[in-house]
Amino acid sequence: MRIECPICGSRDRREFYYQGAAVAVARPAPDAGAEAWDDYVHLRDNPAGWHDELWHHEAGCGAWVVVTRNLTTHEIRDVQLAQSVKEASA
Amino acid sequence: MVEIVAKSAVDGLVPLEIGAQKLTEAKLGPLTSLMAYNGAEAGLAKALETAHGMALPGPNRATGKDGARAIWFGRGQVVLAGPEPVADLAEYAAVVDQSDAWACVELSGPKAEAVLARLVPLDLRAAHFKRGHTARTQIQHVNASVTRIGADRFLLMVFRSMAATLVHDLSQAMTTVAARG
Repeated sequence: MRIECPICGSRDRREFYYQGAAVAVARPAPDAGAEAWDDYVHLRDNPAGWHDELWHHEAGCGAWVVVTRNLTTHEIRDVQLAQSVKEASA
Repeated sequence: MVEIVAKSAVDGLVPLEIGAQKLTEAKLGPLTSLMAYNGAEAGLAKALETAHGMALPGPNRATGKDGARAIWFGRGQVVLAGPEPVADLAEYAAVVDQSDAWACVELSGPKAEAVLARLVPLDLRAAHFKRGHTARTQIQHVNASVTRIGADRFLLMVFRSMAATLVHDLSQAMTTVAARG
């Protein structure tokens, strides 16, 4: 599997570390309530299809990226800097 | 009193010569990481150019030459290798001394590319990775910075604690490449 780092270009998967579903870019407000926080901390979807996830380019430039990957085929549709995703949703 | 002796990270490990390839210590001088503050990149580029005569390298690029280089070193990070940084740079960037933190070696020889091909998950052949190109990647399992500094010369940098591992992995690859003639 290869991941197209927005900074470094196309790189082997071994340079990246998987950091879970891309929920960390949508952290609830501190007073959002127990339900929102329970969802944020504990509940994850397990789709047989497209999934937004966070990867860390730890052996490369160090960027955190949001990868849209198909969990059944490993096809990657989109890679963006987590910072850009966060700014776009702000 | 304890006497403290300055010792290079690759002291006693290099030089090595296996086949036509050589591994030597890269004596870069002071290493300084420069991380531009938000919005201060243009100012840093200008200050670096004025003070040290080098352009601020973009991602995957290095500028300068032997004795004074600026090497892209990660997201928003450049390492200045050689000159002592002028004070002006601190106005635009976080300036941090890294001199003793890195083990720096130079791999040279007509088959240096073949040696690295055994260890690095990147195409480092000259058609793709020219002089002045650099990459943050891995050498075997060690996070590293790889820079082409000549037709058959590469500058390799890893964390100081990984010096012996780096030399071990490189010497094995050099031996195998040499054995193939």
